Amino acid sequence: MSVSDKDPVDSSGSEVTVGSSKRNYELVVAGSFMISVLATTGLGASYWLGGQPQIEGTLLFITLAGIGIGMVAWGKYLVPQGPYVQERETLKSEIIEREAFLESLERGQRQLGRRPFLGRMLGFSIGLFGIVNIFPFLRSLGPQPKKALFTTPWKAGALVVGVDGSPITLNSLEVGGVQTVFPSYDVGGAISQTVLIRVGNSSWTTKPGRETWGPNGYLAYSKICTHAGCPVGLYQELTQQLLCPCHQSLFDVLVGATPVFGPAPRPLPQLPIYFDSKGNLRAQSGYDQPVGPGFWERG
Amino acid sequence: MITQTADWFDERLGVAKWTRKSLNKIFPDHWSFMLGEIALYSFVILLFTGVFLTFFFVPSSKDVVYNGAYAPLRGHLVSEAFASTLNLSFSVRAGLVMRQMHHWAANVFIAAIVVHVCRVFFTGAFRKPREINWLIGTALLVLAIVNGFLGYSLPDDLISGTGIRIAFSIVLSVPVVGSYLAFFLFGGNFPGDAIIPRFYSLHILIIPGLIIGLLAAHLGIMWHQKHTQFKGKGKSEGNVVGTAMWPAYAFQAGGFFFITAAVLAALGGLVQINPIWLYGQYVPYKVSYAVQPDWYMGWLDGALRLMPSWEIQAFGHMVPTVFFPAVLLPGITFTVLGLWPFIEKRITKDDLEHHLLDNPRDVPWRTALGVGILTFYVVLFFASSTDVLANSYSLSLNFVLWSFRILVFVVPPVAAFVAYKLSSEASEVPTTGKRKRAVVIMRSAEGEFYSQEIAARALAHEESIEELPEETHYHHIKEGLLKQDALVAASGGYMGQESSVVVPKEPVTKSSQSSSHSSFGLGIFGRKGVRGGKTKRGSERKSRRDDL
Repeated sequence: MSVSDKDPVDSSGSEVTVGSSKRNYELVVAGSFMISVLATTGLGASYWLGGQPQIEGTLLFITLAGIGIGMVAWGKYLVPQGPYVQERETLKSEIIEREAFLESLERGQRQLGRRPFLGRMLGFSIGLFGIVNIFPFLRSLGPQPKKALFTTPWKAGALVVGVDGSPITLNSLEVGGVQTVFPSYDVGGAISQTVLIRVGNSSWTTKPGRETWGPNGYLAYSKICTHAGCPVGLYQELTQQLLCPCHQSLFDVLVGATPVFGPAPRPLPQLPIYFDSKGNLRAQSGYDQPVGPGFWERG
Repeated sequence: MITQTADWFDERLGVAKWTRKSLNKIFPDHWSFMLGEIALYSFVILLFTGVFLTFFFVPSSKDVVYNGAYAPLRGHLVSEAFASTLNLSFSVRAGLVMRQMHHWAANVFIAAIVVHVCRVFFTGAFRKPREINWLIGTALLVLAIVNGFLGYSLPDDLISGTGIRIAFSIVLSVPVVGSYLAFFLFGGNFPGDAIIPRFYSLHILIIPGLIIGLLAAHLGIMWHQKHTQFKGKGKSEGNVVGTAMWPAYAFQAGGFFFITAAVLAALGGLVQINPIWLYGQYVPYKVSYAVQPDWYMGWLDGALRLMPSWEIQAFGHMVPTVFFPAVLLPGITFTVLGLWPFIEKRITKDDLEHHLLDNPRDVPWRTALGVGILTFYVVLFFASSTDVLANSYSLSLNFVLWSFRILVFVVPPVAAFVAYKLSSEASEVPTTGKRKRAVVIMRSAEGEFYSQEIAARALAHEESIEELPEETHYHHIKEGLLKQDALVAASGGYMGQESSVVVPKEPVTKSSQSSSHSSFGLGIFGRKGVRGGKTKRGSERKSRRDDL
């Protein structure tokens, strides 16, 4: 027989005696509720008049705190606290109950009979149903990646434009200037975003095969960080470095945007560019490698 | 009236039988037991404020021209999600308070869970029979963090958008299936119009549904298994000592709900959080300085920053660098966390039930381990502000980064060592935890001053205290007795006179219980012995020892 079946009773066995301290607590409780009521009235008025966040927050605080403090004080000081003791029943079932349980289980199994084939068929039909019907959901969630991660919208001859769609010309940037550019047919594109920097004519060292990629000291790099894909948005003109503000990878613009600091593992891919006969900047081709962070198939 | 209603229900549902038991349920008192309550109440506030927000938020990334109350952004092209968040903040009555309360409640919810997990860990409350609830709790922590991130991403502002971009890269980094996983989860390559609506259904339906289900199980199991309690007078492995559910506990807990709500309302109304109109609409090629996630993602962000730029390329495949800090680290973290009760069981070979909590200082190795691991994550958390620290203290980013790379491996062992030393020293001092006595300066009749330690404060139950055996928990361990036996002896089944003691009518049924358990149950009956006199009690204790 559990103890919990007995009511906790007051030690005196009588009604709670109302002493002067109890009376004081009654006043505290009543006062808290009263303050809450007043604040709620104010809150209603504030809503009626259109509301104001600071006033609403303050009045909500007073309203709720009034109720809360009143309740806690009531539960703490005006009712007996114990401590009461309750026996902890064992969680484990009695042996006799466990045996009865096993017996019921076995009886059921006996009645089902030894028909393993039927059991396997049931499992197979339910399992197959689940798999087949999850397929349309799973398959519709998104397209297969295929080549999407390997390519960008940049194509040979693409007109390089700024965010406002205006073409980049020979004098669009001063030495030390920087601008985000896109192909004219994908302005604002998340994958094609490219950062264009004018570093001046002779100060940069190029990688083999990239001799013609930086006409008139213009260098174009993918703006997507090779670490976690944030836009490499900060250009430090003094050190000629690009900084990713997310995890502080630093890329040296003058040496092919190689990472010099932080968690980025690869240089920002460089876009080969040229000025056409009209003096507009164009892409020689697309990027020669996938842009952005790594993935399994990249190899 | 009440009687009639109760009768009506009892005749139909038989409520009296089980409700009575619930009304008399005993809740042990300790401030640290309120941490889980804060989490629970914050979740309730999240549901209330969240339902409010769903009426006004439009989960769509369709572009619209903003023409609302916030003048600086009028005429700008923004997504419907962003525009509707602005509208519910500026044009809906109490909208901003509700939104900010919701965001604050999420931060408090996860913080309360984390501190609650620490409490449960350091006091050993996860031990048998509570391993299932620990597993459920771990799942709740993960779900809470995921849902926090999803909700934070919904307004489509510049900072949260950058966060989604990073999340995409992280999913992409999973070996073998990463790109498929990312494309299926986000509905194609980043960005895309599917992200916001998809995050929305996850955030308001699927994950809250899971949380509610697991929370119900968590509370139900806790209710069924009864609470743990700290060691103390009258407390044993076989009983629960504390406040009764009705009315004292119900009023205190209910009041505490309102107080939690009040604090969240004050934060929501007075402390600005996530002012997206200052960040602006997310645009893939724009980024803000000092990009930081909500606090509970800080450790992941810090890990991403500290990780060296190692990328594995072999056999035509790549394991990207973000995989290690952002997939492997959390994977290991939550696996080890969830399995901890079983790991500890392997170490201690302890298969006994535990309902009395450990004082963290009494188990120095666990405390040290916990402190060390916790410190590791705290260092990672601070590492998520390397750029801000470098700027604020005019240090080079390089220096700050390398300091953290070293600190993250040096500080945790040091912290663990200090924790080990402190707790093992504290646990070896027999007087630790005893009431200090005041030293008063007295003046004799001759005018001489002298100091004297005052007598122990006269308590209402002083007589009974004197009847308690002198041995302490510490002495018993020194004597080489089993710890549990010592605890029972030390607790002595004492109850103050003012308190009401419910004495079981008959001894615990012996047949079903393991020998160790029945000895715990006897802790209560020891109380009779106290009142009956020392001799009887002593013999009872002795026989119990023989049981073991």
